[in-house]
Parts: sequence; C-alpha cells; structure tokens
Amino acid sequence: MELNNEHAPVLSVKNLSVKFKMYTTGAKQRDLEVISNLSVDIRAGEVLAVVGSSGSGKSLLAHSVLGILPRNASISGDLQYNGEPLTPQLQAKLRGHEIALVPQSVSFLDPLMRIDSQVIGTTATREKQRKIFERYQLSKAVERMYPHQLSGGMARRVLVATAVIGEAKLIIADEPTPGLSPDLARETLQNFRELADQGAAVMLITHDIDLAFQIADRIAVFYAGTTVEVANVADFQGDGSQLRHPYSRAFLAALPQNEFRAISGFQPYAGALPEGCLFHPRCKYCTQECKERTPPMRELRGGEVRCIHAT
Amino acid sequence: MYKRVIRYAGRQSLRSLSLLLAVCVVSFMLIVSSPIDPVEAYLGPDKNVSEAQRQSIVEHWGLDKTPVERFCIWFDNLLHGDLGESITYRQPVARVIGERFVASLWLMMTAWVFSGVLGFLLGVLAGVYEDSWFDKILKAFCLILASAPAFWIGILLLSVFAVQLQWFPLGMSVPLGKLAAEVTFGDRIKHLILPAFTLGITGISNIAMHTREKMIAIRQSEYMLFAKARGETGWQAVWRHGLRNVALPAITIQFASFSELFGGSLLAEQVFSYPGLGNATVSAATKGDVPLLLALAVCSAAFVFTGNMIANLLYGVLDPRIREGEVSNHG
Repeated sequence: MELNNEHAPVLSVKNLSVKFKMYTTGAKQRDLEVISNLSVDIRAGEVLAVVGSSGSGKSLLAHSVLGILPRNASISGDLQYNGEPLTPQLQAKLRGHEIALVPQSVSFLDPLMRIDSQVIGTTATREKQRKIFERYQLSKAVERMYPHQLSGGMARRVLVATAVIGEAKLIIADEPTPGLSPDLARETLQNFRELADQGAAVMLITHDIDLAFQIADRIAVFYAGTTVEVANVADFQGDGSQLRHPYSRAFLAALPQNEFRAISGFQPYAGALPEGCLFHPRCKYCTQECKERTPPMRELRGGEVRCIHAT
Repeated sequence: MYKRVIRYAGRQSLRSLSLLLAVCVVSFMLIVSSPIDPVEAYLGPDKNVSEAQRQSIVEHWGLDKTPVERFCIWFDNLLHGDLGESITYRQPVARVIGERFVASLWLMMTAWVFSGVLGFLLGVLAGVYEDSWFDKILKAFCLILASAPAFWIGILLLSVFAVQLQWFPLGMSVPLGKLAAEVTFGDRIKHLILPAFTLGITGISNIAMHTREKMIAIRQSEYMLFAKARGETGWQAVWRHGLRNVALPAITIQFASFSELFGGSLLAEQVFSYPGLGNATVSAATKGDVPLLLALAVCSAAFVFTGNMIANLLYGVLDPRIREGEVSNHG
C-alpha cells in the first residue's frame, strides 16, 4: 500500500455532480441531482472497492468516467485521467482501450453475435483474442458460442477478457459477482486482483463486501450520491471502530456476518435530499451544524471522511 | 437434430391440413347460407329463361342436392385433384386460379418487398434518430397510412398519377386492345406499379413502426451501452449490434403480414381492375360461384399459413437462442 501511494492517481474525481433533466408536470423541466460532491481517486496497482446500498450512485460514477451517461444527464466537477482533464473527447478516445468497463452479466453482450467477434470488438485482433482466451482457460469452442450458451464461469471470464484485450489501465467492474457461487465470485475477484498486481487500477463496484475485503486495498463508501468515507481495507476489519464515518460503521454492522442490525430510516432519494450533511437525519451524533452545512471531505488517520465529528 | 426436424415437419403438416379442412367446411357453410342465388346471379337481369331451363341448370350444378351431399361431392373431387368448374368464368377453377395467381403473386411480392425494405429502413432511421423531425414526420405519416383504407389510397393515386399526370394506366394488368403476344414486359411493369405501390404503402407503417420501437428498445439495451463503453461510436454500434437484433422481429412481422397482404390485394385489385386472385374472389362471392370461392379460400389460407410457417422457421434458423438443437451438438 505504501508503494501505491507513491503513484499519482490514474483517475481522480473531485466534486463530481451528475444531474438528470426530468420533466415534471406539463412541460416544466427540473434538474434532479443524483450525484453530488463525489470525490474519489484511484492509483495504478490498487483495487478500490466502491460500496454502498442501491441508489447511492455507484454505477453512475462508472458511467460518468466512461462518458456513457444518457443524453439527459449533465455532469460537472473535476475528472482527471493521469493528470489530464477527462474531456468527452478524451473519454471517446480511451473508452474500450485504456478505460474499460466490466459489466455485471452476459445481458451486456449482444445476444446474436458470436463471442469471439464480441471480445475482439472493433479494435483488437484475432491473435490477441486467442492469447487472452488461453490465459483465462476459455476453450476454442467458446469462440463460436453465443452469450446464452455460456456457463456462469465462462461468462465471467469472457467479460473480464473484453477489458483485458484492450490492455486497459483503468478497469471499472460494475457489480461483477451477484448471482455467482462463492467459489466463482472469489475466482472473479481474484482475476481483478491479478490485473491490479500487473499495474492496472481497478475500481470494483460491489455489494459483496466480505469478498471485497479480501482483495481490495481501499474501500470507498457511498451514500445518497456522495462519498462519505474512503479508508484502507484494514479499517473495515473487526467491529469497525477504526472507521471514521457513522454511516460506514452502520453499514458494516448491518452485514449478516456482523450484527445484522440496520439503523432506522432510509437513504434519501435524489430530489429529496436533506440540507447539510446528507446523513444527518439518521445520525445519532447530529448537531445543528450538520443540518446547515455540507461537510467537506477531509483527511483523517490515513483515510478521508465527510463528517465534522469524526475523530 | 433430424428427429426434431421430422417431428416438427409432421406437426406442421398436420396443423396445416386440419386448418385447410376447417377453412373448406366453414367457407362452404357461409356460401350455402348466403342469400345469393347462384342461378339468379348467373342469369343476370336477363330473365328470358323458362322454368324448365332454370331447373336444368340447377340440376346440372347439383343445387338440388342437400348441402352435405354437395360438400361431399366437392371434397371427393378435390381429393382427386379436380377443383370443378367456375360458374363465373366457365373455365376449370384450377386454370382460373393458376392464371390469376401469377398476376397476384407479382403484385403481392412487389408490394411486399417494397414495403419490407422501405419500412425497415425508415423504421431503423426513425429509431436511431428518435424524436428528431424525421422521426416525427414518419410517425405522423405512418399513422395516417395505417388509418387510411387501401382502396381510398388507391383511388387517390389513380386520380393523381393516372388521371391528372397520366404517368400510369388506369387499370388492368395489360394494355387494352393489345394482343397477348404483343404485350411487353415493360407494359406489365407499368400496369403493376400503381397497384403494387398502393398495396405496399399500406404495409409500410406496420413494419416501420415495429422496427422503430424495437430499435429504440435496442438502443436502450445493456449491450448497446456496453458497446459504447467499449469505444464503439453511435452508427458503428447500430451497424454491429442494432441491425442484426432488429432484423429478426422485422422479418417475422413481414412474413406474418401475408394475411394483410392478401386482404389488401383484394381491395387494390378491385380499384385497379387488376385481374388477380382478389378480383376473382370478389366476382366469385357476388355470383355465388361456390367451386371458385372455395378453391380461393383454400388457396388464401394456404398462402397465409405458408407465410406464418416461414416466419416460424426463419426465427429458428436466425436466432441462436431458439436454435437450441444445434447447441447441444456443438457445445
């Protein structure tokens, strides 16, 4: 981990905000802010796990980085790739090459196209595809298959192969493990660990926290479209007393293998976000200041936290 | 694999035979209970016929027998390959249908290809450029076409292109007053264009709107999102993934539209006095020409059934998800 910190971040996201243009009654338009003040960065050689409940903006972050948000979305904030501003032009150039998405399931593959053409895509070559199939123990028969014919394990390896074939430097894996057996999930995450060890930066968006604990270097916790804490994976061990943000602790306590106890309330919806700290309505440490001011992200004990009370 | 094919073919032939039998029985019942007296229709307004002559016609046609008897005789002849004689045309039914089927087939296939190709292309464009001015115009155009009856469009085209502009002939499939040997291929094409256009244009909205909907759904699909994430640009992704996925439902719709095609040709042929099956059906029905009408009903049922069966078969051939039989052999 010390080694990772020496590198400049491959991807740096500062104060990202994503808004969707929505039509309300009649022809009235309204901007719905689904991601606000999101800041996170990721370095070469590390696996950053992004966790948080559904609707916390994890996938939208991935789509923002790739520049594949729907047309009615607008983004603001500072996105940098290797120190360069990540403009739409740069995104278009990097998509599928240096920045790759590993999707959740085979439903992201064209159901009517054979696997080899899909893995090769529009830029790679047959030789490269053969080499990568060998590396991931995908037989030659898989080349001629269609997505629905893949077994769960083959599907995972094919999806990883689509990222590897472009020699991606930044790999964003969006929920790669749901529905997999524990063994298969572990194998899949191990693949990402290997890719990071070979120098890629891996952003792992996941629900599988305990698996993420095993392979990630750092973990970013999302809540209601913003980052509340970024911490080294070691801080998530044990009872979570090393964690800085009350939501991170509650999140950890809610896991079945821990106390399996949820805190009251629910994550606010976009468009109905509270003033000040987004977590304050559910927080037992909440003070007047929390209700008035959005706390900034600040460094604390080798991690980052968005809470004025954290120590 | 072969077992499956044989079983499938067997099941399909059984289905088609039972369908055709049902069509025969039902159409026969309808004709028999229709108020049209075939003798009356045959003689026309000329009543200068004695009761005895009238009686001999009835006997000659077997109209004095019970309906069940008549049907059995007709069916028995059918099994021996004899479709009977048309009252209206005073020719064997098989020959009447044979001649007209060729003319109709040309008309229907021209219209079918025209509406299929144009409708598909327009649908793809509208789907890709959803909500653009092109899409809006096409949508309005298709709605108007879908709600306008084919015969009305036919009359409209006739009055513009045949009467006012005089680009095309008023009707028939060959020029009037020309010997059959002198009729050129160009003559036939010239006579075909307006009716085919009429028939085709009414089919466009169906395929164009379906293709548009499907294209929009595809553009919002996860695999298109992933294609974009892998660096494919808009048209590149449409070309690589959009077309093949949208072609399947389009082909199915187009083959399943044989029934509308046949029904539409009835109207189009009537407007343009085009001597095809549709035209023959109308005269057979209004004259109580039982043998011809029954044969036409069977023919059209077979035609529509074939279209639907081709659609089913093509789906199996083109869609790997349905072509599972092959899977178990290779995988």
